[in-house]
Amino acid sequence: MDTVSILLSSFVLSITGLFAFVWSLRKRLFDATSEAANIVFTDDEAQREEADRSSAFVCFVLLSCAVVWLLAGSLAGLTSSIKLHEPDWLTQQAWLTFGRIRTIHLNIIAYGWAPMAAFGVANWMLPRLLKTPLQGARFAILGCMLWNAGLIAGVGCIAAGISDGLEWLEIPWQVDILIVIGGALMGLPLVYTLQARKTGHLYVSIWYMGAALFWFPILFLIGNLPTLHFGVEQATMNWWFGHNVLGLFYTPMALASVYYFLPKIIGRPVQSYNLSLLGFWTLAFFYGQVGGHHLVGGPVPGWLTTLSIVQSVMMIVPVLAFSVNQHLTMRGHFKHLIYSPTLRFIVLGGMMYTLSSLQGSVEAIRSVNTVTHFTHFTVAHAHLGLYGFFTMVMFGSIYFVMPRVMSWEWPYPWLIAAHFWLVVLGFSIYFIGLTIGGWLQGMAMLDANQPFMESVKLTIPYLQSRSLGGAIMTLGHFVFAYHFIAMALRHGPSRTGAALLHVRPAGA
Amino acid sequence: MHDELKLLSGAMITLALATSALVVLPFMQLKNVEPPTALKPYTSAQLRGREVYIKNGCIYCHSQQPRDKAQAPDDKRGWGRASVAADYYYDRPHLLGTMRTGPDLFNIGARQPSADWHLGHLYQPRAYTPGSIMPSYPFLFEAKEKADSGDRVVNLPPGYKPIGKVVIASQEALDLVAYLQGLDHTYPVMEGKAK
Repeated sequence: MDTVSILLSSFVLSITGLFAFVWSLRKRLFDATSEAANIVFTDDEAQREEADRSSAFVCFVLLSCAVVWLLAGSLAGLTSSIKLHEPDWLTQQAWLTFGRIRTIHLNIIAYGWAPMAAFGVANWMLPRLLKTPLQGARFAILGCMLWNAGLIAGVGCIAAGISDGLEWLEIPWQVDILIVIGGALMGLPLVYTLQARKTGHLYVSIWYMGAALFWFPILFLIGNLPTLHFGVEQATMNWWFGHNVLGLFYTPMALASVYYFLPKIIGRPVQSYNLSLLGFWTLAFFYGQVGGHHLVGGPVPGWLTTLSIVQSVMMIVPVLAFSVNQHLTMRGHFKHLIYSPTLRFIVLGGMMYTLSSLQGSVEAIRSVNTVTHFTHFTVAHAHLGLYGFFTMVMFGSIYFVMPRVMSWEWPYPWLIAAHFWLVVLGFSIYFIGLTIGGWLQGMAMLDANQPFMESVKLTIPYLQSRSLGGAIMTLGHFVFAYHFIAMALRHGPSRTGAALLHVRPAGA
Repeated sequence: MHDELKLLSGAMITLALATSALVVLPFMQLKNVEPPTALKPYTSAQLRGREVYIKNGCIYCHSQQPRDKAQAPDDKRGWGRASVAADYYYDRPHLLGTMRTGPDLFNIGARQPSADWHLGHLYQPRAYTPGSIMPSYPFLFEAKEKADSGDRVVNLPPGYKPIGKVVIASQEALDLVAYLQGLDHTYPVMEGKAK
């Protein structure tokens, strides 16, 4: 590609982006009133009950699947982590070899836990935000069954050594058909409920969820088209997909939750509604093009990595829009963190979003990437995003949603506290250890005077710390799952108030 | 439905931009790349071995894309010159990889041409590289009392052979080794091509 066409296409890109932006501006997207921001609060008791009743069953099914996948994924992840420092452990069975069990871990978390939790929470938020009962929930149930059948088959394929061979896209495309159909069916309630909505405004959470639920099927479909992609082009497609699953699916789904639950719990609307919409459009525009930063220094066209690096750095804009907004909204309300389990998880998750995204922007810069590329540093970063941010937000959301789904409070508040501290402790060990280890690994690899084996040996203590952290996280997940089951079986005392982490003093 | 339309069209525009930049443009730019004359298509054994490489997830620890010497000392480690798009002409799916928990394998065939080394190393990496964290792959081998005719016996360093038995390589192991031996991109290419 010659320079002129690059310049021309980047010009067209910018103009189109600008055009879309100005257009939404003109069409009163930037609402001077806070009417839209107040949608979180404008429902009465009867409306809320009706909304929750309509989504209860589908939400329960989706979240139950999520919890099962979370446990399976944690065990697979822990096994692969241990294998990296105990390479002769469990080597007799092919399906347990590192290359397969690690891939099973990724696929279970990426296509089991994450979307099931996100879909579950989304289906619960939809009727609340659109002021109408959830429509077409039975399609979501059917879709959920197909999706899970596809995922079980896909994980079985990976275990048996049948794989398409692309990272994030290992599940054979024939099996993916089930997941595509299931995903489309799970998106239908969004469409139907939107059509039946009884509110003039679409709250920002709806923007995020709505876009994500359309983005994901397109990504997944193009990524899995058989025989079309080749060689290096396939590598760029691979990371276009790999990063967009994170950026255009998990991230907006989790942000949608933050924008709903955070104002809801502290009882005041989001500080700047316009800032949240600015965050949305800049995320939509910049995030889609960052994938090439996985191929910095690789055999791909130079303009492509440059474009991706630029857009990765531009991601600072939506992230700052979000974190400034979160902080300003929370200001003066931080004491709620003591009592509300949901808020604790969600605010921590929001902070991790800021951290992981800023880290990602820096990591994409060529000089930093030269060190961190090909190392465990990247793995730690990926977990900061998908665990520190996404999973934490989902935990928080589930703690809020489930009592409304079950009409039953969380029976043992101390288990929530145990869950919180276990995953926070475990993940801190995981992330800090692996980040340091990965950086040292990268530095050693760049030093031609050190043999390659040095870069392997020095990571061992950090890989062990990752296993320790991972084990503590897994323990936390079992606590969470036990509590989830206890609640589903209606164990514990029948309580009318919310399960709080500490008894709230009168007047607080 | 006005807001929905706005949302949907905006979302689709941004995704279309991303897709054209990261998928369509590379497709158009790279679809006419010719293979270097010195690059041979894979043999059927190598293609089968490539499948073994994929099914056991070698890609999650081994890249196949040496970086330019201006960026990293990959060439000094014997991993070879920076790769170009043409080098991957026969690669479907691509196996560029993103991790170097183990070394880059773009030229492993040139670095380690010996089948004995590869077979023994797959059976027990620590017999050859002390401190290696690569998994051993006993399921690609069979330990027998004695070898039958046609069996490929793996020569192992002393102390790593199961007592009283011989280790036989499976067809999968032999195919994988054929693929690894074929990973040799030491031929010259024009610098900066397709960059």
